[in-house]
Amino acid sequence: MPTASQGIESQASNGSGLDTFTSVTCPFCGLHCDDLEVRNSSGADAGHLTIARNGCERAARGFERRPPPSSPQIGGRDTDLATALATAARLIGGARLPLYGGLGTDVEGVRAIMALADRSGGVVDHHLSAAIQRNMGVLQTQGWIMSTLTETRNRADLVIVVASDLMTLHPRFFERIVAPAEAMFGGVPSDRTVVLVGDCGHADAITRTGVKHVVEIPSANDDIPVVLGVLRSMLKGTQLPARDDQRVPFNELADLALRCKRAEYGVFVWAPQALAFRDGDLAVQIVTDIVRDINKTTRFAGLSLGGNDGAASAASVCSWQSGYPLRVSFASGAPDYDPYRYDIRRMLEAGEGDLLVWTASFDPEAAPPATGLPLIALATPGMRFSREPDVLIPVGTPGLDHSGRLVRCDSVVSLPLRQLRPSRLASVTEIANAIAASL
Amino acid sequence: MLIRLKGGRIYDPANGVDGVVRDILIHDGRIAADDPTARIDAEYDISGRVVMAGAIDPHTHIGGGKMTIGRMMLPEDHRGQERARTDLTRSGTGFAVPSTLAAGYRYAEMGYTACFEPAMLPANARQAHMEMGDTPMVDKGAFAMLGSDDFLLRQLAAKEDFNAVKDYIAWTMHAAQAIAVKVVNPGGISAFKFNQRKLDLDESHVHYGVTPRQILRTLSQGLVELGVTHPLHVHGCNLGVPGNFATTLDTIRAMDGLPIHLTHIQFHSYGTEGDMKFSSAAAPISELVNAHKNVSIDVGQILFGQTCTASGDSMRQYGNTKSANPKKWVVMDIECDAGCGVVPMKYKDKSFVNALQWAIGLEIFLLVDDPWRVFLTTDHPNGAPFTTYPHLIRLLMDKGFRRDMLQKIHPDAQKASIVGSLDREYSLYEIAIMTRAGPARSLGLKDRGHLAPGANADVTVYRDNEDREAMFTTPEYVFKNGELIVRDGRIVKVVQGATHVARPEYDAGIEKSLADYFTRYHTVSLSNFKVSDEEIIRHDRGSIVVQPTGARV
Ligand code: SF4
Ligand SMILES: [Zn+2]
Repeated sequence: MPTASQGIESQASNGSGLDTFTSVTCPFCGLHCDDLEVRNSSGADAGHLTIARNGCERAARGFERRPPPSSPQIGGRDTDLATALATAARLIGGARLPLYGGLGTDVEGVRAIMALADRSGGVVDHHLSAAIQRNMGVLQTQGWIMSTLTETRNRADLVIVVASDLMTLHPRFFERIVAPAEAMFGGVPSDRTVVLVGDCGHADAITRTGVKHVVEIPSANDDIPVVLGVLRSMLKGTQLPARDDQRVPFNELADLALRCKRAEYGVFVWAPQALAFRDGDLAVQIVTDIVRDINKTTRFAGLSLGGNDGAASAASVCSWQSGYPLRVSFASGAPDYDPYRYDIRRMLEAGEGDLLVWTASFDPEAAPPATGLPLIALATPGMRFSREPDVLIPVGTPGLDHSGRLVRCDSVVSLPLRQLRPSRLASVTEIANAIAASL
Repeated sequence: MLIRLKGGRIYDPANGVDGVVRDILIHDGRIAADDPTARIDAEYDISGRVVMAGAIDPHTHIGGGKMTIGRMMLPEDHRGQERARTDLTRSGTGFAVPSTLAAGYRYAEMGYTACFEPAMLPANARQAHMEMGDTPMVDKGAFAMLGSDDFLLRQLAAKEDFNAVKDYIAWTMHAAQAIAVKVVNPGGISAFKFNQRKLDLDESHVHYGVTPRQILRTLSQGLVELGVTHPLHVHGCNLGVPGNFATTLDTIRAMDGLPIHLTHIQFHSYGTEGDMKFSSAAAPISELVNAHKNVSIDVGQILFGQTCTASGDSMRQYGNTKSANPKKWVVMDIECDAGCGVVPMKYKDKSFVNALQWAIGLEIFLLVDDPWRVFLTTDHPNGAPFTTYPHLIRLLMDKGFRRDMLQKIHPDAQKASIVGSLDREYSLYEIAIMTRAGPARSLGLKDRGHLAPGANADVTVYRDNEDREAMFTTPEYVFKNGELIVRDGRIVKVVQGATHVARPEYDAGIEKSLADYFTRYHTVSLSNFKVSDEEIIRHDRGSIVVQPTGARV
């Protein structure tokens, strides 16, 4: 277990007793901006972090939160860590089908939970797997043409957002990727046109980030696949459905089709988490179809955001270690992939599994679903549970309390995380490894 | 700890040992000079066995984003290919795109003790190392991809001082923790982002006005002057395009004696003769390779069956998507750094084109004289999964077997190839060159790939067997750093290999221009772009071996 101040890298002791860290990676959404400047307070307030530069409200909620005092607990009563670990190991050792859910942790944490799940014949699932699956279904049936954040930042001359409120899910996307001060190619970034298809939150919020041209194409969520289907037909020049379909803004789409044709490098952007409506995966499929069509003559790409709460790290690590993206069972002794069957929420409702091991190291709101099963929670302090976990082990937040790495939403770049304050909280990795060692 | 391997027949080409029967002594993980009086802790009687250094795969896609895209995209590749956990080993899956753990175990079970990922995008280096960190048993290393990254292209377009270019190459090797540098479709991955669909050796990049020839010469010269041992690793222009052999010949000539390694050259040796406008150009390619001592190659042999191609060459992989099988594929533009294309492929012996590709690879193996300059690869998984190596070795060592196999392929491909008339059979000594000594020398691995006193005791012991495929599939013993890790093809101990890197000198002043570039254009800060030693050592539970580089000139 870590000692109080081990591994602290104070970048600038500026005499005021503050530790200031620059180029800090933010773990609180899948963009993982790494331009933050974060300060650790001194004196009585030591350990309280404040963002001095860059960041966003979402980041502030994460960095500046004051985690309440915490202790390992068994059935709601404080205990020491050794007892909690031994109890957790006993529960896991005795379980026939432990369910490892939540998975809100860094690469190292996912690795450790994967090892534990492999060893104990359990199921692994991230609490945002439904969003991941909207993309995976498309990747596994037809694949796609994709871009990444830096490529889009420097190259996109048309950005089309599909039914995603990015200002909430990935608040700095427009500021950093669409309207940065400079781009390598294609003129002044703030002159780029952003087209919002469907519900993408308030356009004013987007203009405030520096984007000058925002075009809105309203559509109800449930109509998004139809609307995108019409856009695809227009681009392909195929026969359109009757123009009296009230759901379809034909003129606006005709205008968008023209923009797509003129673009040198257009990018469709979506946050899979936002597509939580009927046929949300079909929206991903049609978007990637359109991108493929356009690439026959000119360049275009998709850019999926997402990856919040460590979801991209969980999906990537699970893929390289087991061969499959999430929702994998090790019950047979080898990885078995079934994104429907090994949905832990579904399993709990269906009475499958006999132990829930829940990991949530970033977000106190990411609590486990209510369950009658015994529950082990490796959770950031301050989480409210619908009932006391059988074993609760408070864990540190990667990138605040300990170092680590996270995979970014584009599944290409990963970022290092640093420890910013002394912490008595162990990492998920340390806890999971300690449990595995005593199984 | 002192171990004696008693009475084996030793094939150690780095030291000129060709089938000599003698003992091998291992002292604390290293080969020791024989000492008949030494007190031995463990002795293995291996008389009649064939002994070689642990095998080294100098070009295998084992780690990095594009493999994980392949894994995610192809669950059907993994079903029925499960590997159950044991008390010692973790579970895994996969055939063409195996999970990292399964790949590490399988390599060791085949007697391999080091594997090199040849296409690490610097922007994806952290993940490549994480995946290699989860690849147990073998040592590993990776080649940083340069040549379509905007920083270098801007340097070339601006005709910057060559020293700055060298600084950037060296800086990238440090930042990405690389042992070598690879160029893929020089400039072409970037050109594709500007909607250029083809870029030949002397064609200009539409935006930068730079040609592949310039990029190749710059990078090769740069590496020479930086003292990096492995020559520029080149995946040339026009991969897979009929007629591309002419470009490959021109590429060799363009180097004017500068060292290059032409990788998966089979995919670059196609002519346009015959009714199908597809023919073998193995003969002229091999002839030119034979005449140019500055050139080494690996073959990228294809073998029949299902696999998945994965390359940084987004431009050419996009062109190959029409042959995707199953019909799904991924192409990506990545980080102003490079790109990738992942296209599943099923090579069929009854397809004229696939059959001829198979024959072209074998022709090159059999026509290139010097085994020190040709390495045995399938460009895993592009030509075939690495698990087919024993089959490939048998094809090279056993002309009867080769002819039998030739009978099975598309009849027109049989006629169009000279494979049937080539009698050459590789010897065990030559196989040991191609799979150990050659790659080790080329990569600059000081203490690997040979069995002289002082070398790391990575040793593979085979039961001699006329059926070379069976022999090379299941070695009897594999030692890693002197520890027995595999016995009769089963893992008996799990170890974590080292990561090999090379660190040529650079002037830290380059970070000024890089910092400016990163701040203006990138989405990651310069400091976070760099993969630290600590990450590999602590987070990946690994270790780093810095291989020597020559003095910078
Ligand atoms: S946009 Fe996301 S990663 Fe960037 S600062 Fe806000 S929460 Fe953090
Ligand atoms: Zn390759």
